Amino acid sequence: MLHTRSIGELAETLRRREISSVELTRHYLERIESLDPALNALITKTAEQALLQAAAADRRLAGGETAPLLGIPLIHKDIFCTDGVRTSCGSRMLDNFVAPYDATVVARLKAAGAVMLGKANMDEFAMGSSNETSHYGAVNNPWDHGKVPGGSSGGSAAAVAARLAPFATGTDTGGSIRQPAALTGVTGVKPTYGRVSRYGMIAFASSLDQAGVIARSAADAAIVLQLMSGFDAKDSTSVDMPVPDYAAALGAPLQGLRIGVLKEFADGLEARNGALLGAALKVYRSLGAETLDVSLPSLPLSVPTYYVVAPAECSSNLSRFDGVRFGYRCKDAKNLQDLYERSRGEGFGAEVKRRIMTGTYVLSAGYFDAYYLKAQKVRQLITDEFRAAFERVDLLIGPTTPTPAFAIGAKIDDPVTMYLNDIYTIGANLAGLPALSVPCGFIDDLPMGVQLIGPHFSESRLLNAAHRFQLATDWHQRVPPGYE
Amino acid sequence: MSLTRQDVEKIAHLARLAIADREMPVYVHSLSRIVEFVDQLSRADTGRVTPMAHPLAGQTQRLRLDQVTETDHHDKYQENAPAVQAGLYIVPRVIE
Repeated sequence: MLHTRSIGELAETLRRREISSVELTRHYLERIESLDPALNALITKTAEQALLQAAAADRRLAGGETAPLLGIPLIHKDIFCTDGVRTSCGSRMLDNFVAPYDATVVARLKAAGAVMLGKANMDEFAMGSSNETSHYGAVNNPWDHGKVPGGSSGGSAAAVAARLAPFATGTDTGGSIRQPAALTGVTGVKPTYGRVSRYGMIAFASSLDQAGVIARSAADAAIVLQLMSGFDAKDSTSVDMPVPDYAAALGAPLQGLRIGVLKEFADGLEARNGALLGAALKVYRSLGAETLDVSLPSLPLSVPTYYVVAPAECSSNLSRFDGVRFGYRCKDAKNLQDLYERSRGEGFGAEVKRRIMTGTYVLSAGYFDAYYLKAQKVRQLITDEFRAAFERVDLLIGPTTPTPAFAIGAKIDDPVTMYLNDIYTIGANLAGLPALSVPCGFIDDLPMGVQLIGPHFSESRLLNAAHRFQLATDWHQRVPPGYE
Repeated sequence: MSLTRQDVEKIAHLARLAIADREMPVYVHSLSRIVEFVDQLSRADTGRVTPMAHPLAGQTQRLRLDQVTETDHHDKYQENAPAVQAGLYIVPRVIE
């Protein structure tokens, strides 16, 4: 079946003209038509444009071009501006917003010949861990439609798990690529801060946001990340460093690789989660890696740190949404203040308003020192502890999530309970470190992931370690029932 | 530390967010929960730590030459505007 093949296999099939990109695109569009209603993974479908892009890719293929993503379909998280196509960010605030330009990530994948099938559903403004805050409704996990897929890139993860596209873009500010990847049994990669351009990616927390990829394997993710990565003059936080050949490094043996087990994560892990981590460690040892215990004493403060810094930054970033130049505008505004207050009050959902207000509070006079400044100090502490750990080990390992996918509606009442879902993922965002999640087993027939974190710009080594794990295990090849 | 309704009204005003009367208690409760949760940070010993300015050490703000490099996209960007007249964004009267 076409949708079970890897990106590399699909690219080969297209190159040999066994099928055309138009046929491949149609195949996925049909799957979306028949399977997405039960998932709600897509906010916008771009069938017409997809077929035009596929036809253009076919012309390039006929001309002898052999680029790795030429003619390969994808789905973009609806946080990336896509020229001429609605970009909603999962919010009523941007329900009517047609992006007037392409994000750099979108432009690069387009230039590479990838074909956009549509825009993925997501938690509103990327704020959430369950895809339940979307204005367009919850996304259902393909493994169990009554369960969440995780968030905020829930639509991207569900779509890839359901084989509606070979890969999807996502963004990760506190775990929003890795957590949904873990809960849907796919591979999700968050690069080093500054590795991938944020130009055209609607900003949530500017010092934490990173674009990344969700795919069915590290090998597939490597191909995509290669094309997404690299310096962009339009993003002032983009780092001007060459991008290594990620695919070339995938197969290297792991002999002598030092993997640190984070004590603060491993301690107190629920028994079955602990067993999965233990099994993953066993696989790594059998591949020649050395595992040792590592302690990051400030790491347990990462969630409260994040929930000061991220809301603070979001309160600033979301102040641009004021009903004046674009986006939602309330009706019959009495005056300018009323225009602002009701456009924003009506345009934003509850979680977004909660975070804007949290951010406003921690930045306000009298509280800035105690909260925001303090949090940025703790953030520096955590970052320093990671750096010290990486002097003793090459990579860190731990669980991606505390539990498998939970029921839709189960955690939405208490914000703090929801926030604790990010307990393992947030540290990497605070320190700007690259990290990924790969499938490592099941609990109650629901997928679980194991997470690897590396020093800055160690994506090659991370992908290599993930790929070797996937050669030795087959968790990443499992398909949700009904989506074969 | 619990927030009062007055605190939340003040914050909502600063953030230019209209919160309905009946929704206020929910926000007071959840924001108080969040503030209590983040209060843990006060326990951390950060005496000699510099607050983080950038996750990657040694990054500075890149500068560019003061030269015009963009072309005018005014019309295209204004296509998303709720109310426009003569190329200007129309809002409720500001000056009495």
